[in-house]
Amino acid sequence: MSVQSSTFHASKQPAQRKPLALAERIAGIVKYTVLILLAVSFVMPFYWMFSSALKNDAQVYVAPPIWFPSPAFWNNFADAWTSQPFTQYMLNTLFLYAIPYTLATTLSSAIVAYGFSRIQWKWRDTLFYVCLATMMVPFQVQMVPLFMIFKKLHWINSFLPLVVPALFGSPYYIFMLRQFFRTIPSELSDAARIDGASEFDILWRIMLPLSRPALTVVSLLAFIGAWNDYLGPLIYVHDQSKFVLALGVESLRRTFTFNSTIANAYPHLMAVSTLVVLPIIIIFFFGQRVFIEGISMTGLKE
Amino acid sequence: MNLPFLKNRSQRDLWLGLLFVSPWLIGFLLWTVYPLISSFYYSFTRYDLLRPAVWIGPGNYVELFTEDATFPKVIGNTLYYVLLSAPLGVISAFLMAALLNTKIMARPFFRAIFFFPAIVPTIVVAMVWQFLLNTQFGLINSLLQGVGLPVIPFLSSPALAKPSLIMIYMWAQGNAMVIFLATLQDVPRSLYEAAELDGANALHKFWHITIPMCTPVILFNLIMGFIEGFQSFTLPWLVTGGGPSNSTELYGLYLYRNAFEFLRMGKASALAWMLFIVIVVFTFILFRTSARWVYYSSEK
Repeated sequence: MSVQSSTFHASKQPAQRKPLALAERIAGIVKYTVLILLAVSFVMPFYWMFSSALKNDAQVYVAPPIWFPSPAFWNNFADAWTSQPFTQYMLNTLFLYAIPYTLATTLSSAIVAYGFSRIQWKWRDTLFYVCLATMMVPFQVQMVPLFMIFKKLHWINSFLPLVVPALFGSPYYIFMLRQFFRTIPSELSDAARIDGASEFDILWRIMLPLSRPALTVVSLLAFIGAWNDYLGPLIYVHDQSKFVLALGVESLRRTFTFNSTIANAYPHLMAVSTLVVLPIIIIFFFGQRVFIEGISMTGLKE
Repeated sequence: MNLPFLKNRSQRDLWLGLLFVSPWLIGFLLWTVYPLISSFYYSFTRYDLLRPAVWIGPGNYVELFTEDATFPKVIGNTLYYVLLSAPLGVISAFLMAALLNTKIMARPFFRAIFFFPAIVPTIVVAMVWQFLLNTQFGLINSLLQGVGLPVIPFLSSPALAKPSLIMIYMWAQGNAMVIFLATLQDVPRSLYEAAELDGANALHKFWHITIPMCTPVILFNLIMGFIEGFQSFTLPWLVTGGGPSNSTELYGLYLYRNAFEFLRMGKASALAWMLFIVIVVFTFILFRTSARWVYYSSEK
């Protein structure tokens, strides 16, 4: 969708350009000034986080602010990371939450999306609208009763309350995958049906391989969603040995608020924050295009 | 899956369809319908998770509206926050998308930078902004002082804490921006060309073509913004924790506190149900007014 129009822009206009009018030139200057100011406002906080991670207290509490700390205290990263079991937190985040959650929600959402797009049945669209409408139900309404259910099941202090519901699909991802499945020509599945393929075969052997871009987007979003999640683990995970990174960062901050004599509190906090955001930066760097185009899909009309 | 015993094709497809959507359908009953019903029941009880729930009729609701001194403040805070953050978020995302949609160099580069904060963990956003906005050694206040301006207590003054939260929220509107950008790129060029023939200038085109063509997506993002705003928890919880002097105690925070700090599950359920009703009513009203300002082009 975005590709055609940008290539369209790229085609050069005939070379009979008049010299730019003054007004147009001013408009151009204003435009780039605004663009650059905005870009700075988005990048500067992250640069400040990173550069502050390299400082010591003296360099933090000084005016005017230091942009390029010298000497740079690279050991802040190791010191901050080991001041709490952050490696454990990272393993928890990855293997107990983000990875199982991503696999569960992507696969189940794809199965449901198939039923909502590739099979014709009575009430299909009505139920689909119900599915979309559930996005309106505030998390808080479910929060209290679900906590009670999971408490009865003795699932508190584990990741089951966060991962098991993901086996039932998530409306947002169902919606995205359904939009994508609808763009695949129905002749493909019809031909397979004539050859005697079951619907599950069609999903597994035809739809999923053809939907790699959409599946990538959904799993990236799901992974980042779990990696970033704070409220879910806050409610269900109480033992420090099971903390995820988000809870770990907060717990580090809390030790600093309660004991203001600890040295290098802010540099350490910024160092850990940098390390927590680093995987997101890497994922975004490589998957930027897939990502942004996937989110654009959400806005597509019927 | 072949179900040979169902001769009738449409009946077979009905069962197949239900089979494929059954994960969602079962989840819907387990994680949405059941919690909705049971929290409605619990909203009429006193329940602390330790002792059995006790039926107290509308007691929780009565308490909230007549005895609870914090609740009116919470409502005021939430309305302030939602009514400003949702429209401002949509406006800033739309303007950024419109800017990116003009003829500019390095569009993918700027687009990536504008989008990025949206996928940063909220805990990191919170830590960084708290640090930046600090009154004693925060970068922003040092810069302000550097040019001779007074220190601004962004997060430590009750008057400024909410606007500061809204500013941080607007800063991370990359999702809405990307959706707008895709919509803008779908606006047919022919409309602009026709308008140019009629002598329209850039402002005319923006006002009479760009905005109307985007109204369906504006509505979508506005509704998402309102729903998100009413429920918001993580950002205010981590940045201000409800303070100073309850000025950022939003609905989501107050609900969480009642449930998990005060262990008042009944009262929290009452709060949750009222939130649910408010969101449904709000969305409904937005849809109803949308007939007046949302433009659906005829080809749909």
